[in-house]
Amino acid sequence: MQEGSLEQAHVHAPPQGFIRKYIFSLDHKVIGKQYYALALVAVFTGMILSWLMRIHMVWPEAKLPFLEWFSKNGAPGGIITPEYYLSLLTMHGTLMVFFVLTNAPFAAFGNYFLPIQIGAEDMAFPRFNMMSFWTTFLAWVVLMLAFVIPDGPPIAGWTAYAPLSAVGRDAGPGMQWGASLWGLSIAIFCVGSLLGALNFIATTLDLRAKGMTLMRMPLSSWAWFITSCIALLAFAVLLPACILLILDRHAGTSFYIPAGLVISDRLQPHSGGSPLLWQHLFWFFGHPEVYIAILPSMGIVSHILVNSMRKPLLSARVVIYSMMSIGFLSYMVWGHHMFLSGMNPMSALAFSFPTLTITIPATVLTLMWLGSLYGAKIQINSASLFALGFISMFVSGGVSGFFLAQPSIDIYLHATYFVVGHFHMVMGVASLFGVFAGTYFWFPKMTGRMMNESLGKLHFWLTFVGTYCIFMPFHYLGLIGNVRRYQSFVDDFMAPYLGWHKFMTIAALITGASQFIFLFNLIYSRFKGKPAPENPWNATSLEWSIPSPPPWNNFGAKHPIVYHDPYQYGVKGSKGDFVMQDSPEQVVSASGD
Amino acid sequence: MSSTTLSSISSQAGALSKTRHVTAQNVLMAQRSERYSSSGIWVGVFAITMSFAAFTSALFVREGTGDWTHLALPQVLYLNTLLLLASSGTLEIARHRLSKEEGTRKASGWVLVTLLLGLAFCVGQYRAWLDLRAQGVFLATNPNSSFFYLLTFLHALHVCIGVAVLVYLAGRLLASHTTFRLGLFRNTVVYWHFMTVLWVYLLLLCRMKL
Amino acid sequence: MGKLLAIVLVLIAVLSAYPIVSHMFVLPQDISTHGHAIDEQISETMVEAGISFIGAQLVLAFFVWSFSGRKDDRPLKNFPGGARALVIAAFLLVGTEILALGVMGQKAWASVYFTPAKPDDIQVQAQAEQFAFYFRYPGPDGKFGGIHPEKIDEGNQNYFGLDPANDVEARDDIVSGELVVPVDREVHLLMHAKDVGHSFYVRELRIQQDFMPGLDLSVHFTATKLGKYEIVCTQLCGLGHYNMKAYLNVVSQPDFDKWLKDQAGQ
Repeated sequence: MQEGSLEQAHVHAPPQGFIRKYIFSLDHKVIGKQYYALALVAVFTGMILSWLMRIHMVWPEAKLPFLEWFSKNGAPGGIITPEYYLSLLTMHGTLMVFFVLTNAPFAAFGNYFLPIQIGAEDMAFPRFNMMSFWTTFLAWVVLMLAFVIPDGPPIAGWTAYAPLSAVGRDAGPGMQWGASLWGLSIAIFCVGSLLGALNFIATTLDLRAKGMTLMRMPLSSWAWFITSCIALLAFAVLLPACILLILDRHAGTSFYIPAGLVISDRLQPHSGGSPLLWQHLFWFFGHPEVYIAILPSMGIVSHILVNSMRKPLLSARVVIYSMMSIGFLSYMVWGHHMFLSGMNPMSALAFSFPTLTITIPATVLTLMWLGSLYGAKIQINSASLFALGFISMFVSGGVSGFFLAQPSIDIYLHATYFVVGHFHMVMGVASLFGVFAGTYFWFPKMTGRMMNESLGKLHFWLTFVGTYCIFMPFHYLGLIGNVRRYQSFVDDFMAPYLGWHKFMTIAALITGASQFIFLFNLIYSRFKGKPAPENPWNATSLEWSIPSPPPWNNFGAKHPIVYHDPYQYGVKGSKGDFVMQDSPEQVVSASGD
Repeated sequence: MSSTTLSSISSQAGALSKTRHVTAQNVLMAQRSERYSSSGIWVGVFAITMSFAAFTSALFVREGTGDWTHLALPQVLYLNTLLLLASSGTLEIARHRLSKEEGTRKASGWVLVTLLLGLAFCVGQYRAWLDLRAQGVFLATNPNSSFFYLLTFLHALHVCIGVAVLVYLAGRLLASHTTFRLGLFRNTVVYWHFMTVLWVYLLLLCRMKL
Repeated sequence: MGKLLAIVLVLIAVLSAYPIVSHMFVLPQDISTHGHAIDEQISETMVEAGISFIGAQLVLAFFVWSFSGRKDDRPLKNFPGGARALVIAAFLLVGTEILALGVMGQKAWASVYFTPAKPDDIQVQAQAEQFAFYFRYPGPDGKFGGIHPEKIDEGNQNYFGLDPANDVEARDDIVSGELVVPVDREVHLLMHAKDVGHSFYVRELRIQQDFMPGLDLSVHFTATKLGKYEIVCTQLCGLGHYNMKAYLNVVSQPDFDKWLKDQAGQ
């Protein structure tokens, strides 16, 4: 090869052997698929945990015999104990937030498609990339170990507030080794995420192909880039928080534990620490984390919508600036999780204003999506259905934020089901809709086969209607003061509302079962799906200019040159109503616009 | 495309610019490796800075409670500071040598000196901990000591990572038949200077606050 | 199928709004002096959230209905005014909304947190522990005895770790499992956490405040209606969290005085 060492000086050689190809791969595409697989395992685990929680809550007498086999301490006789309910709750939250919502839209799709969309052969640091996945995998293994140990997983919630999380076994079951495994797992996860974020940023800044200016990057790439900037800062703070927690638990320090605590009749030996410190550090990470969860899906949905509408967004630039603003503002609002924590009440007002202000870019984004639909030619398929469903879900989940952003209202709604409904809709469901849309859209590229459209549409309808059925009632229950994180409702106050809880549980079971349709479709289509052409959606961005699936070095040792932005739709192109980014043809607009 | 690579090979430019230049035998870089690695290290430096900022804010919060006391810093810390500052100096000399078209062996000597000074720094930090232990001051003795051990340990850990990479780079410099990774070297220089700056900051923080 | 999506979106909007609009879920009665401001705030916000929610779902439905499944030869159109009009609309609409909600809401918050306690308020200390609330009244001397954690003895009902033998002020302290308060008198609740974080929540009082170990926090409130109301813990505190509750018993002033005297006699 001409100047071979220069060409390949930075990029790995073509992989040889099974281990190098599929296990310890340096190829960003394999790593992306590995993250996706991990997220799949985590999401089904998390979903089953939520089933167990809901079944226990509305049918507390029901015996689930397999559960006793799984955990003798947690479910003797097949009935979940109050502490095991909290363990399930903690693991559900931890798995979903970290291993699903940070992994799937960001690490999985971002790893696979960011380099391709910007015209690069791989990520900037392929070895770091491989390390970041295996570090994340190690974090997952460590977390899962908590299920296996006799005392069980921790019961402090995914938020692990001190001192409950910091004092050890005195605080309750699962709070010795379970909580230590949790802390270690999250610390390891931080390292993996930091490596990943570093890679994304360096790749975006330095490896764009010729002609691929920042403004010509697809919106999905922009979203991954902005997300990685947020993630770099957020995980860089969570790691110290976890280190301090581990030290308090094992080294006798008192970062988070004040003096004079009597727990389980034992006066704790610590003194001088501040539980509020944990909250500040955790939420300084925690709030940007929820934007890490949603921004990639916003980018993926925008990317897919443009293709499905056959017309560009009203202004891609506005969408980019809105996403940037959201990223920036996300660092100024963490205190809205702490309005009632005992921090200075003046701070509450200070945090409330940027929280309300974030509504502005979020509204701009929504209006951009809606406004762009006007006058479009929307092609309906599984991917676009989920993209449109995302808009609906994002609005629904977002408006409940108006309430919670105001400290005076939060006095009433804090720690009720209203909050649970809000974050499940706006973060859980909406983000997953982005992942589903991305899957249906990019599956042909990743595997060379099409997913089954009928199954995809069925999956959409069941999930769309189902998630509304599950999570809308959470808001109503919150309004009447239904407290969260309770394993059952033992008082008269809640008695009239148990019917709603049953409704939500049944909806959850049905909607959850529908996800197996998706799983089946994924696996079946991988082997038996119709062969996919290079560009089944008549799309413009660079990933559609290479074979399905792409070769190991993406562009086959050619460096693409980019001539346009990725929104050339509704124009007279040589291949149809679109012009691809790497096509040198001039753009002739199809209409008078 | 081949046009990009040919044009970049033919250009020869100054040391710190982003174009590549082909020098004698072992000092070869790809334009791409030069480009992509340059922002990566700054991103990493930023992340580490943020982590230590988080520890700093934890320190300020913790200082507010009643049991904050005073920690007399072991004197050896000041010697260690000089060692680290010197190591940054020697690494700069190495970088300067490598940017010119000089024999790589001379630069390798300076790299070796740097990593030895770095190791000496780490040993010196360990000495500081031993001094404190001799006085009965351990990790959990009081909040001041907790922060001291924590911050110095984490910093030393990061220095050790730098030392490991310098060992690797020195090895490649000495083994003349291998290509030298100038991009990696430049990143390591940035990282190393950052370790020095970070240490000076931590020393001042410990002096003023602990 | 686009039309089906449009129909489903409309149905979702209507069905979701129905329980609110038809008052199927009503806030519990407000028995506080500051709750009115909070309830008004919630109503205001509900209107704005409702309009945004229903508006967005209906617009989405309308656009999906109108612009999907179209024949290829119809020309593409752009939204009138383009991006600029929408951005301005977003800033204006949301901007005014934020100002309105933020400024109005500030008053309700201030009435809870920035209003100083009245001079003749009743001081009660609440202690939260795994998994119960206990309340302490200062007794006739008006002073609380010191808390000694090492003296806490659940078996002997010394929940607060009082030392009456050595501490004069502790001798007349009254400890109760129920928070008894007189109606229409301000109560200043001093909050102490024995072990981990807890929270004090009375829905009808529109009061919620975390207990933070190591911090001396307090809230004050005035209950305006007689009755018994649930106090529940809303900060995850361990396995008994779901069952951690007490009762707020709002009684008349004479009944309160009698109760105090009875307690003191024991």
